[in-house]
Amino acid sequence: MITARKYGKPVGLLALLGVAIAFPLVFSDPTYTTIAVFALIFASAASGWNIFAGYTGYIALGHAAYFGIGAYALAIICQRYNIPGGWEPIYLIPLCGLIAGVFAIPLGAIALRTRRHTFIVVTIATFFIVQLMAFNLRGLTNGSTGLDMPIPFQWGAGYQGGNQSIYNLPFYFTALALTIVALAVSWFIRHSKYGLGLLAIRDDEDRARGLGVRTGSSKLSAFVISAIFAGMAGALFAYFIGSVQPQFDFDPLFDLSIALMTFLGGIGTRAGPILGALVLEFAQQWLTLYFTQDGLYLILYGVLFLVVILLLPRGVIPSLQELWAKGRARGRIGPLVLPVKTPVMSAGTTSPPTATRMTGQAGETAHEEVPR
Amino acid sequence: MELIIDAIITGILTGGVYALMASGLTLVFGVMEIINIAQGAFVILGAYLSYALAQHFHIDLFLGLLITMPVMFVLGVLIQVLFIRPLKRDRTMLSILVTFAVALIIEGVLTILFTANIVTLKAPYITQSFRIGNFYLSYIYVYGFLLSVVLLAGLYLLLYRTKFGQSVRASMLNRTAAQLIGIDVERVSALTFGIGVALTAAGGMAFGATTAFNPGSSYDLISRLLTIIVLGGMGSLSGALIASLGMLIIENVTAVVWSPTWSSTVFFVLLVVILILRPQGLLGKLEGRKQ
Repeated sequence: MITARKYGKPVGLLALLGVAIAFPLVFSDPTYTTIAVFALIFASAASGWNIFAGYTGYIALGHAAYFGIGAYALAIICQRYNIPGGWEPIYLIPLCGLIAGVFAIPLGAIALRTRRHTFIVVTIATFFIVQLMAFNLRGLTNGSTGLDMPIPFQWGAGYQGGNQSIYNLPFYFTALALTIVALAVSWFIRHSKYGLGLLAIRDDEDRARGLGVRTGSSKLSAFVISAIFAGMAGALFAYFIGSVQPQFDFDPLFDLSIALMTFLGGIGTRAGPILGALVLEFAQQWLTLYFTQDGLYLILYGVLFLVVILLLPRGVIPSLQELWAKGRARGRIGPLVLPVKTPVMSAGTTSPPTATRMTGQAGETAHEEVPR
Repeated sequence: MELIIDAIITGILTGGVYALMASGLTLVFGVMEIINIAQGAFVILGAYLSYALAQHFHIDLFLGLLITMPVMFVLGVLIQVLFIRPLKRDRTMLSILVTFAVALIIEGVLTILFTANIVTLKAPYITQSFRIGNFYLSYIYVYGFLLSVVLLAGLYLLLYRTKFGQSVRASMLNRTAAQLIGIDVERVSALTFGIGVALTAAGGMAFGATTAFNPGSSYDLISRLLTIIVLGGMGSLSGALIASLGMLIIENVTAVVWSPTWSSTVFFVLLVVILILRPQGLLGKLEGRKQ
């Protein structure tokens, strides 16, 4: 078991990476690659969001603000400095993320003066403030008309415009790189002392402070890190779409989508947000493609939300981990050692979970219910 | 100067309607500790119900409330029982997602039934106005304000003069303790959610009579309602009253002395300043450690 665990994981990850790299080359139809670009952009944003919301337990619903700031930053920089389309805007994406991060410092500091429910509502309010600014500061943002991005008509030698399947490739690999960076940062934080501090804040903030965790600066820095990822995702999104507009780049649906993606995969887990983003974004894009009637698409998306939450409130990865841990315990030790019958668990993933404690087995990523 | 006084009067009259919509939201938060993102969509649904009754059955807007409010009450109870009650863990977050899903479904249904075109409610008293001194007041603003006052007074009586109100307030103070002394908190929650949604039927009618709307108007509304209940202190009814009056007065005055495009910004800036000084809102309780 130990050897399988030691070598199984890196080999599995490498295989996944190989699949991800091969995907656009095998499925070169632009319909699929476009969906894949959106899915990866959302995966990186959701993974970044999880660093703050999943690890600290503070639910922020205003990250669309930083998504939009990143998008507008790229558009404004490109316009002011006459940057042509091509690779240059992509090199500027990290800078746009940093700009979003700078905005997140004061906004996060104000929001983090509150806790729990009030925090959620304040982050929603900051989002609407920033959106309003994008509408009103016409000199900078051109109001509701928005700004145009440079057209990525040439990708250097061999990437002449016109061929849509090749056109998508640079976006795909940039989005993939962003997702990998987000996953790596998430992994490093989860395995660092700083990450343990964040988890302690999630479990009991006052006790964590009593034990010497610098709760204020930890929370704020995690907030800024997640805002940087949202900003980078926004910049790439804007370049891919080709323009920025207040109503599309500051979209309340963005916040709830990344939150739902994270919850679907498993909040607080490392791979959960990415899994959730891939599944949900594919589902959403499919719905938009095949149910073009405006209202019907909204209804189906709402129903999808409800089904996910009511059937899998814990998320896919924690549920699977629980099943796996249970199966292993049964297989190796047999029923002798199992202290009490666990009838509630036997219904599997679809049963609404009761607050059953399996924390010892379910592994370190299981999101345990904190008594409130 | 006269314009400013006029703006203040309009602010008070429309603020009453916002107080009605926000009181449902803050009441639901107080009892269940959930944030009902669908409140804006319920308001628009209420407006469309009144619109449909007026268009197809020629029922007066205010009389129609006798039909729409019970319908919305039942709808609210059903949503609470079907979608919110099953949530056992991460209630706050999951309830936001669930109510957002409900809002999306409502928006979708309304778009299919009524299209995305902007509509207005029509009645003789909407277009007519009367004169007090130098000021002209539209009848609908006064009627809407009076409706809000009557309903809020009714809500006050229900909460402070009945046994059910006592259970609601007990559940707001401490959910677990209320359960321990034999209050059926789940039933209280369902009824409270129903009341909160029923209030939006009235608020939606008054909103729709003064503003043109379409199924997508709910986003703007919910952002205002959420800021109102944060400013007032979450779970505080009187805080929601003060905050909605304050918000609408500030917005109207800013629109007159500066520019309509910046009117909500001023309020948001004020919200940020107040949150820096008082994170719990005007009349809210400081959230401490809950065991």
